[in-house]
Amino acid sequence: MSEPVRSRGGFSRREFLKGSGAAAAATAVVGAPLVAPAEEATGLIRGAEEVTLQVNGKAHRVRIEPRTTLLEVLRYQLGLTGAKPVSADGCCGGSTVLLEGKPISAATTLALDCVGKQITTVEGLGAQDNVVQAFVHQDAMQCGFCTPGFVVAVKAFLKKHPYATEEEVREGLNGNLCRCGTYVNVVRAALEVVKGGRNG
Amino acid sequence: MKNFEYAAPRTEEEALALLAQRPDQTAVLAGGTDLVPLMKKMLVTPQRVVNIKNIDSLRGIHAHSQGVTIGAVTTLDQLLEAPELEPYPAVKQVIAKLGSLQLQCQMTLGGELCRRPQCWYFRNGYGLLGRRGQLVEQGDNRYHAILDNQGPAKFVSPSRLAPALIALGAVVRVAGPGQQETTVPVERLYRTPKDDHQRELTLSPAQLLTHVLPKLSQGTLNATYEVKHGTGPQPPLATASVALELDGSGVVRSARVVMGQVAPVPWRSREAEEVLVGQRIGYELAELAGAAAVAPATPLSQNQYKVQIAKTAVKRAVLLAAGLETGGL
Repeated sequence: MSEPVRSRGGFSRREFLKGSGAAAAATAVVGAPLVAPAEEATGLIRGAEEVTLQVNGKAHRVRIEPRTTLLEVLRYQLGLTGAKPVSADGCCGGSTVLLEGKPISAATTLALDCVGKQITTVEGLGAQDNVVQAFVHQDAMQCGFCTPGFVVAVKAFLKKHPYATEEEVREGLNGNLCRCGTYVNVVRAALEVVKGGRNG
Repeated sequence: MKNFEYAAPRTEEEALALLAQRPDQTAVLAGGTDLVPLMKKMLVTPQRVVNIKNIDSLRGIHAHSQGVTIGAVTTLDQLLEAPELEPYPAVKQVIAKLGSLQLQCQMTLGGELCRRPQCWYFRNGYGLLGRRGQLVEQGDNRYHAILDNQGPAKFVSPSRLAPALIALGAVVRVAGPGQQETTVPVERLYRTPKDDHQRELTLSPAQLLTHVLPKLSQGTLNATYEVKHGTGPQPPLATASVALELDGSGVVRSARVVMGQVAPVPWRSREAEEVLVGQRIGYELAELAGAAAVAPATPLSQNQYKVQIAKTAVKRAVLLAAGLETGGL
């Protein structure tokens, strides 16, 4: 771009754009924290807020916006990268975590919705967990991207159905997808846990 | 996702007050399985999101003499385990096959009834009607409506539980602004939009669906039959829910037949009901009911196959309700 052409009044287009941009930014900053006092009582959360999340038995202080999903907090603020961002609508099960012991998709859960609830990720299960061990024995992974979601889903499924048959395991895990196609070994791993009787 | 202001009220009154201020720009959040993906794709960009999951009065299942009252934020896995729902196999059969373990634990009953259509033109930002139906008509319409599709709306009603609840004559309790409270039959929650300004749901944005009340079906036989492609959590191709009242000699006194995934609304087939009433249930009668149900079908260029599937779904739902062998899987 050539030098800005100065007009008579020492006014340039570039300077003007810079100036108006700054003005707009200033308006946005002033606009954000404006809270009508009447609405304060209803507990509306507008911008970033510091909250405590209970993840894997530990309390974590995090600063989140209302739109932040649980998956984003886990991965990008707490460094728990087990749960994977695969599908926006959670249809693949890659972001499965346990919320109060129930398997949910972290990709479709707002982080603010989890305040005060116990969150368990695959990291929280630990390497000695019987489901994790069964996955190792049965070599139930290829690229491994879907594995954390599968491990959490198997854990939750077997807790509810400790004596599941192969057919039930296949149907119960239909919310987790694997592009490599390791389903055979995942089912074997789940059945190993059933046979070992150590689940629950 | 576009940012929004968020509130998680503890009572119905607080929730209604939050909804009342700017109803058109406010979204109700329950399980989040539908709203959050829609917000991520910016197909829905509310300025305010009201999370109703923390409201105690909207939770739980209570049996009473007229039937059961189910709170709108009760999750599907809770419904599946509830002994109160034993008289309603039509509902339980749907939930057992509805989605994955994760979806069942997350999705709520009210959210399931109010979720937005899965039509891929809608989900990819072409609007609910997709240029007044032209996109669907000329494009890929293999999963679209075969009934009530002559207007601009050609998507199919996404709710899996609505057909079963309509067959059971369920009503919903709806709370509105200013202590206003109404009961609406589930059937009337849905409509076929005629233009871009209409939604497929009749609830106004300031209203809140609080409870679902299936009527007590003492001796009413009911069942749902869903035809799916594969065993995954994807929606079925066509479904049918049937509720039958028989007199002492086994003759059908009254019947309700509701089809799902075939029209922009859960489709009540009066034609099939007329065929059933006054007759004894058998294979031939079930077959006739199925044929009557799809007689008015007007399939699009790629979904001719759904006519046969819907017909079979009705036939098998009738047989299943009567406790006869369906002949299918």
